[in-house]
Amino acid sequence: MATVSLRGVRKSYGGTVEVIQGIDMEITDGEFIVIVGPSGCGKSTLLRMVAGLEKITGGEIAIDARVVNELEPKDRDIAMVFQNYALYPHMSVYDNMAYGLKIRGVSKGEIDERVKRAAKTLEIEPFLERKPRQLSGGQRQRVAMGRAIVREPKAFLFDEPLSNLDAKLRVQMRVEIKKLQRQLGVTSIYVTHDQVEAMTMGDRLIVMNKGVAEQIGTPIDVYAQPASLFVAAFIGSPSMNFLETRIGADGSLALDGASLKPKTRIDPGRAVTIGIRPEHLSVGSGFDLKVELVELLGADTLVYGRLSDGKGLVVRLPGTEVPKIGDRLPVKAHDGAWHLFDSETGKRLGAA
Amino acid sequence: MVENRPWLTIFSHLVVLIGVAIIAFPVWMTFVASTHDAQTMLRSPVPVLPGPHLLKNYSEILTQGYARTSGIPLTIALFNSMVMALGICIGKIVISIIAAFAIVYFRFPFRMAAFWAIFVTLMLPVEVRIVPTYGVVAGLGMVDTYSGLIIPLIASATATFLFRQFFLSVPDELAEASRVDGAGPVRFFFDILLPMSRTTIAALFVIQFIYGWNQYLWPLLVTNKESFYTAVMLVARQATAVDATPSWNLIMATAMLAMLPPVLVVVFMQRQFVRGLVETEK
Repeated sequence: MATVSLRGVRKSYGGTVEVIQGIDMEITDGEFIVIVGPSGCGKSTLLRMVAGLEKITGGEIAIDARVVNELEPKDRDIAMVFQNYALYPHMSVYDNMAYGLKIRGVSKGEIDERVKRAAKTLEIEPFLERKPRQLSGGQRQRVAMGRAIVREPKAFLFDEPLSNLDAKLRVQMRVEIKKLQRQLGVTSIYVTHDQVEAMTMGDRLIVMNKGVAEQIGTPIDVYAQPASLFVAAFIGSPSMNFLETRIGADGSLALDGASLKPKTRIDPGRAVTIGIRPEHLSVGSGFDLKVELVELLGADTLVYGRLSDGKGLVVRLPGTEVPKIGDRLPVKAHDGAWHLFDSETGKRLGAA
Repeated sequence: MVENRPWLTIFSHLVVLIGVAIIAFPVWMTFVASTHDAQTMLRSPVPVLPGPHLLKNYSEILTQGYARTSGIPLTIALFNSMVMALGICIGKIVISIIAAFAIVYFRFPFRMAAFWAIFVTLMLPVEVRIVPTYGVVAGLGMVDTYSGLIIPLIASATATFLFRQFFLSVPDELAEASRVDGAGPVRFFFDILLPMSRTTIAALFVIQFIYGWNQYLWPLLVTNKESFYTAVMLVARQATAVDATPSWNLIMATAMLAMLPPVLVVVFMQRQFVRGLVETEK
């Protein structure tokens, strides 16, 4: 159990391509941090730098106040769960879990006790003598977890551990990993490209894009107050609606006949992008939406339509009240649900 | 697929049978010849069914040898062949697995150059470099020794390449997982990589054992004393005896026995051999 500090962490290949452009973060003891971002954003690289599998080009990583930049993975006291599980194919489940302890010279009796205990926690006791190839994906995943927890490390590192599982199992394992982490109270860093996993599992998220941490915050912060256009678009499904517009002379926003008052003062004439989540729109007088497509999800319904000025908008309506295609649907926005972003920099300006 | 074309079945069986006959007939004739006495084998027509002298021929060749040329018992030659074949085969596997490990898992200057150097130089057959190799071996005083028979032949591009390809197919995460688990390179090699290479090693063992066993030119050059002759050498020497009618029954008995060990290796290691070539265990 430990704290992990990232101070101006950078990574570049050959000095030219900078894949991680300076990340700062203090991870407190027992916290569950999720690094989320699209593929190629550098999230796995960052995790591997914490693990010691990638060299750190700049900045510092400290685990429990000890700078680990130059330490081998084995000396960092971390355990890692890989996307493809990376179980040793020729060893039984028991040996897979015991291997790290054996190398560390832990006594036979203690290895046995720890492996048995971990196996019990993960409910893989019946498979201890089997080889990895005789297990299903979900079981392999548990073994990989088991290999991490028997070590009782200072931190767990997860590299997209659920992306090889089918959708149902993924949801189940998601809950279990989270529960296990709570129970053990071990500081964890979890990499995923799945924003649902990020939202549900993380105590805090790092949303990454092109090597930059766009936002670091609790899931609710990230959802309710996205720091940039990228975060706003990436978190939430379906994605936030964006409309390009300009601040009027009086500091208000004209939108399809209606007018919005930003909560903060913004210079008149500035190009802004306003965003609203589909779930923050509902039926009521405001705008007229020409319905183009309707998706029934059961619990709710997604309506794709266009405003009179031709801009596209998605609305999420509760239940199964289905407007007809071609109908005019009056929609209104919830109070204060508009997000304002600078069109050029993508930074958040405020709400409306 | 349901297919009901009896003629096709008959035809394909016929092709297979002809193929088998072409390959098996000389072996059968060798066997038949090794069971008759010398006079029968010189008379026409040559018999096609086994005769009564099987035990006599084999015990003579094993204990006394072929008196007219070498006179060393075949048991000694078989032992020499076995030492050479196992030496070459195990040596090749050990050296090439270490070389491939270095090439795949370590970053060092001229790594690819080293790989290509191994690859290119060993495409040259033994015969091309045989004179300088003999010079070196003779200079080191290794003529008429087992090490002289074995060491010049134990480098192998094929095996290095095969191991390299296998190591490349092992997911990087395994190496990383073992690093996180605390295993250094040597532990990783012995605990993870070596057990995983089991089937590849078995396949190479079969190929290289046969290669080593069938060596002819090199043992011929590097051995002067008869006590270092190999079985394959004996077969050839006996057939080219100049001043007498050859005792085909004994020559063929030698040939049968010289053929036996490679056949046994293939028969007993067939399953691992095939698995090593087709399956990658991950």
